Amino acid sequence: MSTASANVIPERNYLNDPKGLKSWLLTKDHKRIGLMYLFAIMFFFLLGGIFALLIRWELLTPAVDIMEHDTYNKMFTLHGAVMIFLFIIPSIPAALGNFVLPLMLGAKDVAFPRLNLASWYVYCLGALFMIYALVTNPADTGWTFYTPYSTQTNTAVISTTLGVFILGFSSIFTGLNFIVTIHKLRAPGMTWFRMPLFAWGTYATAILQVLATPVIGITFVLLIMERLLGIGIFDPALGGDPVLYQHFFWFYSHPAVYIMILPGMAIISETVSVFSHKKIFGYKLIAFSSLGIAFVSFLVWGHHMFTSGQSELAAIMFSFLTFLVGIPSGIKVFNWLATMYRGSISLEAPMLYTLSFLILFTIGGITGIFLGALAIDIHVHDTYFVVAHFHYVMMGGTVMAFLAGIHYWWPKIWGRMYNEFWAKIACALIFIGFNMTFFTQFIMGTQGMPRRYFTYLEQYQPMHGFSSIGAFVIGAGFVIMAVYLIAAIFKGRPAGNNPWGSLSFEWLTSSPPPHGNFDEEPVLEHGPYDYDTIEVVATK
Amino acid sequence: MHDVADGHPSFLQHHFFEPEQQAEAAKLGTWLFLLTEILLFGGLFCAYAVYRAWYPDMFYEAHLQLNVVLGATNTVVLITSSVTMALAIRAVQMNKSKQAIWLLVATLAFACTFLVIKYFEYSHKFHLGQLPGKYYSFTGLEGNNPHVFFSVYFLMTGLHGFHVLGGMGLITWMIVKVSKGKLSGEYYTPIEMTGLYWHLVDMIWIFLFPLLYLIG
Repeated sequence: MSTASANVIPERNYLNDPKGLKSWLLTKDHKRIGLMYLFAIMFFFLLGGIFALLIRWELLTPAVDIMEHDTYNKMFTLHGAVMIFLFIIPSIPAALGNFVLPLMLGAKDVAFPRLNLASWYVYCLGALFMIYALVTNPADTGWTFYTPYSTQTNTAVISTTLGVFILGFSSIFTGLNFIVTIHKLRAPGMTWFRMPLFAWGTYATAILQVLATPVIGITFVLLIMERLLGIGIFDPALGGDPVLYQHFFWFYSHPAVYIMILPGMAIISETVSVFSHKKIFGYKLIAFSSLGIAFVSFLVWGHHMFTSGQSELAAIMFSFLTFLVGIPSGIKVFNWLATMYRGSISLEAPMLYTLSFLILFTIGGITGIFLGALAIDIHVHDTYFVVAHFHYVMMGGTVMAFLAGIHYWWPKIWGRMYNEFWAKIACALIFIGFNMTFFTQFIMGTQGMPRRYFTYLEQYQPMHGFSSIGAFVIGAGFVIMAVYLIAAIFKGRPAGNNPWGSLSFEWLTSSPPPHGNFDEEPVLEHGPYDYDTIEVVATK
Repeated sequence: MHDVADGHPSFLQHHFFEPEQQAEAAKLGTWLFLLTEILLFGGLFCAYAVYRAWYPDMFYEAHLQLNVVLGATNTVVLITSSVTMALAIRAVQMNKSKQAIWLLVATLAFACTFLVIKYFEYSHKFHLGQLPGKYYSFTGLEGNNPHVFFSVYFLMTGLHGFHVLGGMGLITWMIVKVSKGKLSGEYYTPIEMTGLYWHLVDMIWIFLFPLLYLIG
């Protein structure tokens, strides 16, 4: 490892070589495409976040604070649809994964660079349809678009679902690209079990993207046809079955939950080892548990439909299968804890987010087991308990991991460090604000507060108020983060090749990396986690 | 691009080490794509299974309205087009460009024939009012919700038809590529992948035909 005592930004790197807007818009470089994805998803994260704050503002009191009930219905639909389809699904794979995965494998690019660029444009096209729906007459169905309401409402269901249909292609392109890249483009010496666990996590994710996404595609085609032609597949008045829609929808959307969480787990598997300066515990178990989660995820969709009129036998089977998800997830959490045990842990921003993930995801995961249990689910179904559960998994899990990844790889992406002090402040605000917002919702849920209601009984006022204040604390944390991350791009001090002292391949090349990723053909001399045998000097 | 490395053939992209690696990547990618196609159609097959189980008698009665002769003709046409497609790939591998072009043109002609026959089938049904969903106005059928059968019929054959159109586009592109001399026994990945796709389109029809035309 070179120590590069005075860190400098390499004169020619992927950011400035070649120059010009056209070279960006037509780029086939996975790093640039990853960055373009990052800008796009951060825009929609901001948008979805604003919707969230507006929702919480309205819920500050039971009265009409800032919007009427119709607007409120549109607002939570927009929040869900934007956050899920435009932010969280592409967030880690398409933005960070695109940037990091080929570097980690020692490859020059993904297998199909043109398809990769196409996926970004397809994403933008899908986003345009959703924005069109947003500015004309946003859907008020909730992000699940359940029939028969979604075939009857006069809001813009068609352009929204058409947008999601198109976004599905971009997700499939990314997944397909990653599978082939991992199979065929690993550097010499990079065997399957020497791959960083991030690659295993994105591999499992990519399988889900490829296998599940076409089903949501055909589901939305049928939904659009139902609205246009009244085909009678989902409409009971025309001889169809609305529950069939739910089966179709969740056959995709449950695996999609793991499209969201698996890449988060993939990031944690990296950061927990790097910042504990200790070899990852249970490498193979973590790798295989990702595939295990991917496999089981296809067998549990019915747990979304315990109260929708599926047979009791089916409900019992789905309930049992749901418990199985806990096994690989538990394996991961315990392996991460064992990695930290007696490690020399440094509490820098990426590790703080990693610890936040471990705490919040565990709460989210265990409450998921509650909800998978039939008897409890019947009681808390469609209450704030469910809302709190999936926010603990999606935001407490995936978003925390995404932020861990952003802070971990930011110096690699830009070659510069952010302000560590403000990063810690922002992390604290987000962690505290998050628990204020959503832990109260667990309590409200068990007391019977139904989800998606625009108003509520007086008894819930203190908790709703507290939850809303928490949301604004989260918002403040993100504003601070935006400031110091953007400042780092322009003013941060040069980070050097390997500011964290990591053994993974992407830290061997310069920060930011050159156009072709590595100046010399990289040679793998050690595993990605051999901290027990190799001394790494951080360049910070 | 920095490294158009010395001695690399022109078709080899910069991020691959050798032609074999590039060809294998393309193959794996194509198979994954075909998998997504099967899952896409899978949704419709599933809807078919559900409604045939719900309305078995209606499905039987309604399917009698389909023209088995035309359906069978189309099956033969499509299978033959798969044969000419496979022969075209073989011809490219043997460096017989002229023969390959003729075989591709034949494949294209069979695909056209398929769509023309489909057009006559569709327009006859439109004429009778055997339309999907709420536009259904045919009165000659008893039983529960016969429009659901025609919804399923039009969705399945319609989606398949779009895939035939897409395949025709690809075949045309291959004709251009072969006539420009871009494909040869050394490099024939694009036409091989087009062939894989075309066979899938054929296979899906082979399932659609008995399920829709030969019930009971």
